[in-house]
Amino acid sequence: MIPAPFDYVRADSVDAALGALAQHGDEAKLLAGGQSLLPLMKLRLAVPSVIVDVSRAADLSYVRDEGEVLAIGALTRHHDVATNQLVRSGAPVLAHAASLVGDPQIRHRGTIGGSVAHADPSADIPTALLALGASYVVAGPGGTRTVAAHEFATGFLETTLEPNEMLVEVKVPKATGGWGYEKFTRRAIDWATVAVAAVRTTGGVSVALANMGPTAIRAAAVERALASGAGAADAAVYADEGTEPPSDVTASAEYRRHLARVLTARALDRCLSGS
Amino acid sequence: MLRIEDPKFLTTGGTYADDLRDPRLEGAGHVTYVRSVMAHARVTVDPSAAAAEPGVLGVFTADDFRDLAPMPLPLPMLPPAMNRTYLADGVTRYVGEPVAVVVTEDKYAGEDAVELVAVDYDPLPAVVDPHDAAKDEVLLFPDVGNNTVLALEVGDPATVFDGCEIVVRAEIHNQRVAPVPLEVRGSACAWEKPDGTGRLTFWASTQNPHDARNIIAEALQLTPDDVHFIAPDVGGGFGAKFGVSVEDVLLAAVSRRLGRPMRWTESRTENMLSMGHGRAQHQSIGIGGSRDGNVTAYSLDVLQDAGAYPHFGAVLPFMTMMMATGVYDIPSLAVKTKSVVTNTSSVVAYRGAGRPEATAAIERAMDLFAAEIGMDPAEVRRKNLLPPEAFPLTTPAGANYDSGEYAKALDAVLEAAGYQALRAEQKRRRDAGDRKLLGIGVSSYVEITAGPEAGTEFARINVHPDGSVTVYTGTSPHGQGHATSFAMLASDELGIPVERISVVHGDTDLVARGGGTGGSRSLQLGGAAVHQGAIETVEKARETASDLFEAAAGDIVLDKTRGGFHVAGSPDEVRSWAEIAASADAEHGLIVDTDFKATGASFPFGAHLAVVEVDADTGKTELIRMVTVDDAGPVVNPVIVEGQRHGGIAQGAAQALFEEVLYDADGNPQSTNLADYAFPSAAELPDYELLLMETRSPHNPLGVKGIGEAGTIGATPAVQSAVIDAVAHLGVRHIDMPTTSERVWRAMNAGQS
Amino acid sequence: MKISLTVNGQQETADVEARTLLVHLLRDSLGLTATNVGCDTTSCGACTVLVDGESVKSCTMLAASADGRDVTTLEGLTPGGIDADPSTWHPVQRAFREQHGLQCGFCTPGMVMAAASLLKENPAPTAEEVRSGLEGNLCRCTGYHNIVAAVLQASKEKS
Repeated sequence: MIPAPFDYVRADSVDAALGALAQHGDEAKLLAGGQSLLPLMKLRLAVPSVIVDVSRAADLSYVRDEGEVLAIGALTRHHDVATNQLVRSGAPVLAHAASLVGDPQIRHRGTIGGSVAHADPSADIPTALLALGASYVVAGPGGTRTVAAHEFATGFLETTLEPNEMLVEVKVPKATGGWGYEKFTRRAIDWATVAVAAVRTTGGVSVALANMGPTAIRAAAVERALASGAGAADAAVYADEGTEPPSDVTASAEYRRHLARVLTARALDRCLSGS
Repeated sequence: MLRIEDPKFLTTGGTYADDLRDPRLEGAGHVTYVRSVMAHARVTVDPSAAAAEPGVLGVFTADDFRDLAPMPLPLPMLPPAMNRTYLADGVTRYVGEPVAVVVTEDKYAGEDAVELVAVDYDPLPAVVDPHDAAKDEVLLFPDVGNNTVLALEVGDPATVFDGCEIVVRAEIHNQRVAPVPLEVRGSACAWEKPDGTGRLTFWASTQNPHDARNIIAEALQLTPDDVHFIAPDVGGGFGAKFGVSVEDVLLAAVSRRLGRPMRWTESRTENMLSMGHGRAQHQSIGIGGSRDGNVTAYSLDVLQDAGAYPHFGAVLPFMTMMMATGVYDIPSLAVKTKSVVTNTSSVVAYRGAGRPEATAAIERAMDLFAAEIGMDPAEVRRKNLLPPEAFPLTTPAGANYDSGEYAKALDAVLEAAGYQALRAEQKRRRDAGDRKLLGIGVSSYVEITAGPEAGTEFARINVHPDGSVTVYTGTSPHGQGHATSFAMLASDELGIPVERISVVHGDTDLVARGGGTGGSRSLQLGGAAVHQGAIETVEKARETASDLFEAAAGDIVLDKTRGGFHVAGSPDEVRSWAEIAASADAEHGLIVDTDFKATGASFPFGAHLAVVEVDADTGKTELIRMVTVDDAGPVVNPVIVEGQRHGGIAQGAAQALFEEVLYDADGNPQSTNLADYAFPSAAELPDYELLLMETRSPHNPLGVKGIGEAGTIGATPAVQSAVIDAVAHLGVRHIDMPTTSERVWRAMNAGQS
Repeated sequence: MKISLTVNGQQETADVEARTLLVHLLRDSLGLTATNVGCDTTSCGACTVLVDGESVKSCTMLAASADGRDVTTLEGLTPGGIDADPSTWHPVQRAFREQHGLQCGFCTPGMVMAAASLLKENPAPTAEEVRSGLEGNLCRCTGYHNIVAAVLQASKEKS
């Protein structure tokens, strides 16, 4: 299979990418690692007329220690996030989630920014980042703006990114005080049927769910229960409250609700027992 | 010994259909099919926009192929009135059915051009569930008047359970699965003359080139000699690449029409839609006997979903019926089967083809019977196995079993697995409230290979004047390692080292005739033919040698260690194979053609034990052990036989745990790629523990039976049973395949409520 | 568009459509047909090659994105090809043969390249790590038992 024809622009820097986006508007799509976009293009479920290939913008592949936060370049690959020592010590839940994305080949190409911008509700990276309370630095024609993770995804594969904008950096508050990540799949390679990230942060314990609605979402009722002193098991029963899980060939909505509760209990157990 | 085939696959890669760079294919056009997006509709096609596109060489519809003979039926007993047309001819009957052909200059432009072919769909009601199809309310072929392809019956369901103390019944589903050879379908062709006349050379990814050649020839109204058919390296078939498809026939037709070579390689999506699927049986089982564990009666109703156009799938119930009672001594039997067409992809042969369905049914029945009387399922099996002294025998369904040591196989896996210890561990976990439940599943099976009629296969042995050998076989391997096993068989008789023996297959100009590879027939027929041909070659060599030695042929002996002949009692003067072959014919050497005919089908058997762990909170299942006996008689090449067993076990476990082809109520397929269809990877499967047993078949001189499908037949019910066993203490008696986490979870909930 | 890259140690240039995938470039333009296509959805791994030494599914990378990079296919592991003495093969290739880690051979090139990349990152994996490391490569013939054994054998040989 082959994608429908498109015009190709190679952009090796943020400025070049923004220039191309300015020129082509919403006809254009940024290509990072391409591990989600290219399969959709081959099946012709995505038919962009211009591809702006940013995969070689080396200046966007980095992990920096900025004190309270880690700054991760948008084009840092899953493999690098998973194995990076700064991430492993400063945001271990993110390193772990990155190590579970797809398969080794996909992790060698797919990027953190690509995963965030693609906004698949069943993806590991946005879920872990949501629990971590990450924020996303977005560059546009007027400079940069920062968007909180919970305000970024607006729907299934939809975000607040404007057609002329590009996600350039992920800022991750360090979270070394305990975490849990539970991913349920049929097969190792599959997208999460349901996944749960739990992280002890400065503001308490935060919990995020994958594939329990059109975007990754926070399990707000669980967080509230925890904040008012509930233990893992008691809090986890609220995991599916306010969710809208899909029914598909992999699982029914009812089963997803059940999984969300079980996995949340497990993730919280691990998180709360961690240092 | 290691496989002769492997250096190529491991260095340059094989040469599969899409890899062909034959000069005859220079300048080939590329064929892409427009496929129906509706399950049942009247269709009209407007090719004009696509045809006008630059680079498009032609767009063709059903009207353009009226000159072809009807597509030859896959099996002679199938009804011609339900035969498929090459392209949907006014009506399309499943999603994925080809409705038009697009030919392009460029390989990838076809995908663009098919989007320009305007297909107008006028929807008809679709019938997807075979139970609905059996009501004959929506008809796929109104002229036929009903949806039934085939109905069979043996025994009397009204009286089958007479005298039984207890009878247990259940409705079970042997779900539709996809064969998924890693290589999709592909073919290429070139006519001898540029104007599309002369002989046709046709390459296709097929399991049986001679039958494939005959199909192409018949469809194009040529003689078989007009077609030179070549099976290049074939990337897996599993039954689904038996013969050739309408897409292949059309390739030759389009090539003839446009006067240039043509190539076709489908996408995986097309493969999932249109290559055909396997299994797809709804079964009603009943089992009767006494509370002491003696099973005396069995009934099986099969509703076979044949898909839109009857293929091998429509006749799977014949094999299911024949193998209904399996390894058990059950005197009273009633089987009723019905195959119906539905608005889905055709059901074709898939690893086991009718026999896994039989084993799954009887093994589920045994488990249910055991649960009902509160006896250990292995014990119930053991009590009812046919004893070794009963062979040969004819079953109530009419199968002529050749040989078997069923109890020995079952005992061997129980012992090797540590069955009692596993049961104790299972109890310990249950008592302790452990959330990782242990499940143990046992199956005992027999199947039929190279049948149902006694089979035949061709071999040629050619000892060249330089002493090297070429073996020609009518089988057509696609991963089974015939080049190695058959060279070993020839070497054993000829005393010529395997390094000097090459094996030719898959080319109808080089091999006179052949039945291909499928139904686990190859070693017992093709291998036996090579063996027989090698013996006849030695005989012929002795006659030649008798002239050279001026001695009676009966006094000439072959010294296999030295690879030459001498007169009995005079070992000093030896004539080599090279001398004998050169003396027989200085140019061609010694040539022997032979056709081996078996005296009957063979019945491989075995026992499998599966161990699973089930997460009591989610239902997620992990297969942790597989212990198996797969007795297919003497083993020629242990490495290859183990490989066949491994692959079979994996496919069985895959059906039991993961895979299902689903359609929605309108006939829209829900699993059209390998992201949706849960084909397992190494990460989902364990190592396998194989035990060796070798029970000879009397039907061929090697004593061998087929091993290609056995693993699948034994593993599927063992794994399914293990999953159910893990949650049996919660009141669960049955979970349909695939035993997905959700189904297990639901069963646990229902069992407990 | 023109691209240039290193394939199996050779500098190659090619004129490709923007939408051309790396696997198309390898197979159609460069004639390197060991690398196979087995699916449409980045699932099967038959097309796995090394890009700058790491395993990548060549059906999910534009040829244009490979401009300037270093690509290795199965053919590049053993420059001597089919006639090369097995003692000169990559340890993974040799182990696949000795452990009967292939049957029809179609998944094999991708499987070998994935295994080579796995062993580079984890030279002494456990059986479980081999299994999860090959999660992106499907095989319908072998049931994986011998593939896992082969990778473990190769790891011992390398270390």
